[in-house]
Amino acid sequence: MLLLFGIFLLTLLVITAVAIVRATDLFVAVMLMGIFSLLMAANFFILDAADVALTEAAIGAGISTVLLLGALALVPNRERVQHTGRWAALAVVSVTTLIIVYATLDKPRLGDPNAPVHTHVAPWYLEFTPEFIDIPNVVTAVLGAYRAYDTFGEVIVVLTAGIGVLFLLGLPNGPPHTAEDSSRTRTQNLGHHLIPQVVGRLIIPFIVLFALYVQFHGEYGPGGGFQAGAIFAAAVILYALIEGEDAALKILSPSLLKALMAGGALLYGATGLVTMLLGGNFLDYSVLADDAVAGQQWGIIIIELGVGVCVAGVLLTIYHAFAARND
Amino acid sequence: MELLGLYNYWVFAVLLMIGFYAVIAKANMIKKLLGLSIFQAAVFLLYITMDKVEGGTAPIIQPGVTDQVFSNPLPQVLILTAIVVGISTTALGLAIVVRIKETYGTIEEDETQRLDEQA
Amino acid sequence: MALLLDVVSWILLSAGGAFVFIGGVGILRMPTIYTRMHAASVTDTMGTLLILLGIMLQAGLTLATVKLAAIVVFLLLTGPTASYALANAALLSGVRPELTTREPD
Repeated sequence: MLLLFGIFLLTLLVITAVAIVRATDLFVAVMLMGIFSLLMAANFFILDAADVALTEAAIGAGISTVLLLGALALVPNRERVQHTGRWAALAVVSVTTLIIVYATLDKPRLGDPNAPVHTHVAPWYLEFTPEFIDIPNVVTAVLGAYRAYDTFGEVIVVLTAGIGVLFLLGLPNGPPHTAEDSSRTRTQNLGHHLIPQVVGRLIIPFIVLFALYVQFHGEYGPGGGFQAGAIFAAAVILYALIEGEDAALKILSPSLLKALMAGGALLYGATGLVTMLLGGNFLDYSVLADDAVAGQQWGIIIIELGVGVCVAGVLLTIYHAFAARND
Repeated sequence: MELLGLYNYWVFAVLLMIGFYAVIAKANMIKKLLGLSIFQAAVFLLYITMDKVEGGTAPIIQPGVTDQVFSNPLPQVLILTAIVVGISTTALGLAIVVRIKETYGTIEEDETQRLDEQA
Repeated sequence: MALLLDVVSWILLSAGGAFVFIGGVGILRMPTIYTRMHAASVTDTMGTLLILLGIMLQAGLTLATVKLAAIVVFLLLTGPTASYALANAALLSGVRPELTTREPD
């Protein structure tokens, strides 16, 4: 039954992808991209990947759509229809599809418990996590403790993207100080629309609370730093859409956002340095407390906090870089 | 029934090539970026398909339940980081597209090439 | 008792599914954007309310029911707001609502 539902969702995915490629109005393509991400998240949930489904829904369907719309406000939003040179690309693409389909005939079928991917190190993680780290969510244990170095590299990638966008587009130096400044910058204020303002003010505190819940419950259920950072950024973006760009820059000024970006990555690296100074390897958390298991849990909480802060800072910086740009 | 178990991989192949076609055949740069996102999503689908075990559940160990079959947590960790890296790349690409629009006045690839050759 | 709960939850789930289907058909067949929003709002409110009530009956008196009730409150708050924002955007960008009937073409 679940298999049939999965097949239905996958067919919808293919139809949506074809519609995205064929749409000439870019606004329509971006909306379809949001639907594509949501279908992908549902598909991940059917395949038992709860953490990944939460991340794809928060980042793919939420933040990515907002960023694409922010960029679409600055570029022309119709694609020019072209009539030449597509047949060679279509031929190459069709031949490659057939080759890949031929190659997948050798793969184990969906759900086979004897597939090679399930035999090497994954059963070790599932069996020994209660003994070494003792947290219920094995994905957070692998992400935060066993493969913490990879996650550190990935936080640095997110930081690099934020720095890159700051180089290319830049943020305004602060909230406008004079009346002449504020009349020059755009104020997309929804103040005269009462209903979105009232409902938005009502639910923003709950969104922030949910972001904190996801951050600190990453060890007991699906959650963690990446999702929490994205949900917090979504709350502030909603505030910026309702109250105007200047009000949002006043509560979280650009210098604070840059400090959050760098501070999150620094917290992660500092944890590794502290563990080295206390006598262990880089990012070996068992030296952080007297009990090795408690040390591992402390380490995971601290680095997840670093990840959440960095991701929230970077996503907000990128949003403000697009939204505060004058064209 | 054997073929139905391979349906995920065929959808992966089709989505991969749809995204790739958008990258190479479309001239509009935002379309190229959307095609790149579809390409990345297809790769995520491949990895997460490989992690499902029949009769398994999400890898969250409930205390007290001992004989539960779990799905593989390892591809989920890889794809979790890959999703965030994907959006970082998309954001950076969008910033470059905005700057190209401000410099050249257009975001179609052939027009920017023509303007480059003239200048 | 369990059989009665099962039957009632099946009725609620099927009714919710029927409302979602009606909303989908409405979006495809209605002529203008304002009439399509009428159809979409049916899916938003009645469809999700009935489906989530059916699931709540299946879950019994556990923490999951409280979470589902919170989701129902959240959806009832944000769904109509989204429809209002969409209608307002359409009005501001110049789409006039058609006030007289049109011959089918």
